[in-house]
Amino acid sequence: MKGKFIDNLPKIYGLYTGGFAAFIILMAIAEQAGMTAKTIGIMFVAFTVFIYALIGWLSRTVQVDAYYVAGRQVPTVFNGMATAADWMSGASFVAMAGGIYFGGYTYMAFLVGWTGGYILVSSLLAPYLRKFGCYTVPDFIGTRYGGNLARFCAVVVLVLASFTYVTAQINATGTIASRALGVPFELGVWVGLISILMCSMLGGMRAVTWTQVAQYIVLIVAYLLPVFWMGAKLGNPFPHLMLGDEVARLGELEAQFGLVKNAAADLKAAGVPGGLSSISNSHAGVPAGGMAAWKFISLVICMMVGTASLPHILMRYFTTPSVKSARKSVAWSLFFIFLLYSSAPMLATLSKLQLMDPNLATSIIGKSIADVQAIQWVQDWTAAKQVFIADFNGDGILQLNEWFMRTGVVVLATPEVAGLPYVISGLVAAGGMAAAMSTADGLVLAIANALSHDLYFKIIDPKADVQKRLIVARALLIVIGAAGAFVASMRLTSILGAVAWAFDFAMSGLFFPLVLGVWWKKATRQGAIAGMIGGLAAGTAYLIYVGPKFMAQTPWLGIDHLRFGIIGAPVCLILMVIVSMMTYKNDAEAKAISAMLDETRIPVGKTVLGQK
Amino acid sequence: MSNKEKHWDKTRGLMFITLALWFFFGYVIFMFGESLNSASFLGYPLAYYMCAQGSLLAFVIILFWFANKQEAIDEEFGFAEREDK
Repeated sequence: MKGKFIDNLPKIYGLYTGGFAAFIILMAIAEQAGMTAKTIGIMFVAFTVFIYALIGWLSRTVQVDAYYVAGRQVPTVFNGMATAADWMSGASFVAMAGGIYFGGYTYMAFLVGWTGGYILVSSLLAPYLRKFGCYTVPDFIGTRYGGNLARFCAVVVLVLASFTYVTAQINATGTIASRALGVPFELGVWVGLISILMCSMLGGMRAVTWTQVAQYIVLIVAYLLPVFWMGAKLGNPFPHLMLGDEVARLGELEAQFGLVKNAAADLKAAGVPGGLSSISNSHAGVPAGGMAAWKFISLVICMMVGTASLPHILMRYFTTPSVKSARKSVAWSLFFIFLLYSSAPMLATLSKLQLMDPNLATSIIGKSIADVQAIQWVQDWTAAKQVFIADFNGDGILQLNEWFMRTGVVVLATPEVAGLPYVISGLVAAGGMAAAMSTADGLVLAIANALSHDLYFKIIDPKADVQKRLIVARALLIVIGAAGAFVASMRLTSILGAVAWAFDFAMSGLFFPLVLGVWWKKATRQGAIAGMIGGLAAGTAYLIYVGPKFMAQTPWLGIDHLRFGIIGAPVCLILMVIVSMMTYKNDAEAKAISAMLDETRIPVGKTVLGQK
Repeated sequence: MSNKEKHWDKTRGLMFITLALWFFFGYVIFMFGESLNSASFLGYPLAYYMCAQGSLLAFVIILFWFANKQEAIDEEFGFAEREDK
């Protein structure tokens, strides 16, 4: 029966995709027939969440292997899709195009950083961790270095990084759920949480895998359809290859309208709500000087190295049937991620042009403010405090620096701005929900698994039977989800800030212990422990030193609070190397570790843990 | 040198080549972003293009190339898995 299910996957997801397309068409017809925009939004979110919950229920399991690693039988390409959904969070879906829209080239460091890290994953870690055969990332650290303290340190880093990340995702699900369903944000957060738990609770990794594949399909359709539609409307049916002129045109328009940075005092006087920005950075221009290049590169380093240390991504490669397919699966993951990421700059370009180019009917910059305020979507989003107009110079004309938007609005409002039917806006909301939910699922599961497997089973109660372990795992899932939702409802940081912090935490504490664990036989337990504690402590201390909400000191060399991993990771490396060299002894334990690593390094044969 | 050692030697070599390519597309290009942007590709300024698509695409290609190359190495030394799906 199981084998049959795996063989039938292409058919099942083909049918699912067809069904989803039929649903979109049905909604389009309903819109023509007069269904209100609000009902369409609710239908989209409710229908997709229902499907995910159904998949979660169908994938329920009582087996440890299925719960922790989906039975290690997820085919290469499907694991790629699931990883892509796991990876692309609410921030990628909702905020990335908006970030590029306002930040231009400088912001696109995130695009490079969030893709290139997969090369580290594939060449340094994933195939070896798969051969090792662990259930969780701390499981590898604990077995490779030996001892409960090393395992515990890894659990701490994992929980800190993933929890920071998950609050941002639950925040995003809450935002989308509250808008689509028309409930307050605080309630939306809990609706989002329940949806997330329905996907993961009964089936663990197995359920999360199959819902993530379904979520990937929804989110990629929801992202690409508006981009291609808008491209076609402007005469560029394949925008990725054809927007050179548009990018150049934006440059001209920037010169014409002028890129003005508003003074903080002006913003305050005009009452611009916090978190809204105006366009003040060049779209395609590279900022001059070595410092700007360093800021770009240091952000890329943090995001790439962080990618390779984030446990919810690494654990996806524990689910493939073989080492070979783990490697291929990384490549497929990045391919599926590429489809969305390469479209984000195109979406930003098209959407910016629609507002700025006076030759287009949709433009608003340079028009009279009274006219702009009469536009329906401007009214709607102003009422939601997501856009704002401030007439600084009092001339009654909307200048580029007088138009404010929240970054997320770029993706969510673009269909309306471009005059696409409302069914597309509903689809985009469902896509954003899918993106945020799939990442939150992966993260909550990574935390709960580390606590239930590594902390409870391996450290506290090694004699616990299977049933008890799985009950503990599920109880932890609920507790962590609820804690995440509680923190998210307090809205401590922006979504993007929290995401970048998660990467920095992971990179400070886990990257070198993982990589050296595979590649350096002489890395010792003491070295790894010193590295994890020292790296995390140094990174955190620096974050507190520069963090705008903490001590807010001037950063060294432009290393601000988004880049504190640049401090943490080298401290971790240096400590780990020095302490390892001091403590390495060529004794029986070192020989056993050496033999274990030799076994890890060849793909063939049973997993290392499976041989014991 | 034993079979295992030779296999690991080649594997490590491939890892370094892969990381060199990664370093080039991830960092070296963007160190010269300012001057690269005066060149153009498909009508886009070059540094903008690399950042929006070029490097991303290069990473995808490198990953598939790496996976195939490593499979060939495993095959060569008889460490390839057989029971694959």
